[in-house]
Amino acid sequence: MACIVGGISTSHIPAIGNAIAREMFEDPYWKPFFDGYPPVRAWLDEVKPDVAIVVYNDHGLNFFLDKMPTFSVGAAFEYQNKDEGWGLKPLPPFPGDPELSWHIIESLVAEEFDICTCQEMAVDHGFTVPMSLLWQDRAQTAVKTIPLVVNTVQHPLPTPARCFKLGQALGRAVESYDKDLKVVVLGTGGLSHQLDGERAGFINKNFDLMCLEKIVDEPEALTKYSIHDLVRLAGAQGAELILWLVMRGALGGKVSKVHSNYHIPISNTGAGLLVLENAA
Amino acid sequence: MATAGKPEPIPGTTIFDGTMAMRGYALNKMCYSFNEAANREAFLADEEAYCTKYGLNDEQRAAIKARNVLQLIAAGGNIYYLAKFAGIFGLNVQDVGAQQTGMTVEDFKAKLVAAGK
Repeated sequence: MACIVGGISTSHIPAIGNAIAREMFEDPYWKPFFDGYPPVRAWLDEVKPDVAIVVYNDHGLNFFLDKMPTFSVGAAFEYQNKDEGWGLKPLPPFPGDPELSWHIIESLVAEEFDICTCQEMAVDHGFTVPMSLLWQDRAQTAVKTIPLVVNTVQHPLPTPARCFKLGQALGRAVESYDKDLKVVVLGTGGLSHQLDGERAGFINKNFDLMCLEKIVDEPEALTKYSIHDLVRLAGAQGAELILWLVMRGALGGKVSKVHSNYHIPISNTGAGLLVLENAA
Repeated sequence: MATAGKPEPIPGTTIFDGTMAMRGYALNKMCYSFNEAANREAFLADEEAYCTKYGLNDEQRAAIKARNVLQLIAAGGNIYYLAKFAGIFGLNVQDVGAQQTGMTVEDFKAKLVAAGK
């Protein structure tokens, strides 16, 4: 049977993609951020997951406001990265695992999560930045991917409690798959940041540190917030914490923390990193 | 924690809900088109014609012409699509943040660094 080996949460700021392309790993601005990642890659080298389910939000590449699904699951053989408007060279496509995708879709819908299914899906920085941070040399990995997209563009956004429950259903879906696969779930985005309005530049270090702590042993405490609470406490785009809650829900009740890092600022954001393992 | 009814507005923050999404549909659709390089070039070649093609209203046209992010948000713009518009001019989110807060880019960056202290 398939099993979830653990979960990783990481910020997915577009500027990181730039910094990787320019190899700014030792640059004083970037070093405290990039230095958080070698222990994560060492953990991945050890557990060797076959599939990464990448929970992220599309920022206006694959979806527009004409059709804005709340939850979407990719079911493609591969996922193309494309220009997001800034002229960056797209990364090579990411291989999918459509058989597992359809199993997850069947299982989620049976559990009353009526998701949108996508046989074509362009993936943006929300997906590619975490993949580039975690698997530096794509030629050296055979990891397959399944994108799970949550709407954080147009309110109403799904509540933190709903996202946590989706994660729990996702965990059950994976663990009922009859192939021996090791699956890691990535919850991307966050932590606190706000790009728009007179409040642009808002970062809430204390709230971020509280979230990094609570999500390990008391994730239910975070599910009590409303989206409006998250916008107030973590900034308009800090509501991306809901993506971390999908990841956390997919793990078991008890987890152990393998690694974490937090650094302010990367771009306009409090950058968080967390690796959790399902407790034995 | 969760509150009943309409929550307190958050200063300096526009919630991009159905009302705003309807108000800004044409503007956001135009900005979404900037994912493609050919469309960015077409906009730069003739801004007025490009805004007309997407049916922008006067408020949206004026905000585009002024490159004014707060005005674009008031006209229904969503920051993710507006970021593609800003990208045409090589502006990143610190530049956009500085403009919205009336700060220099250096001061805005210093404010972000100070948030980590």
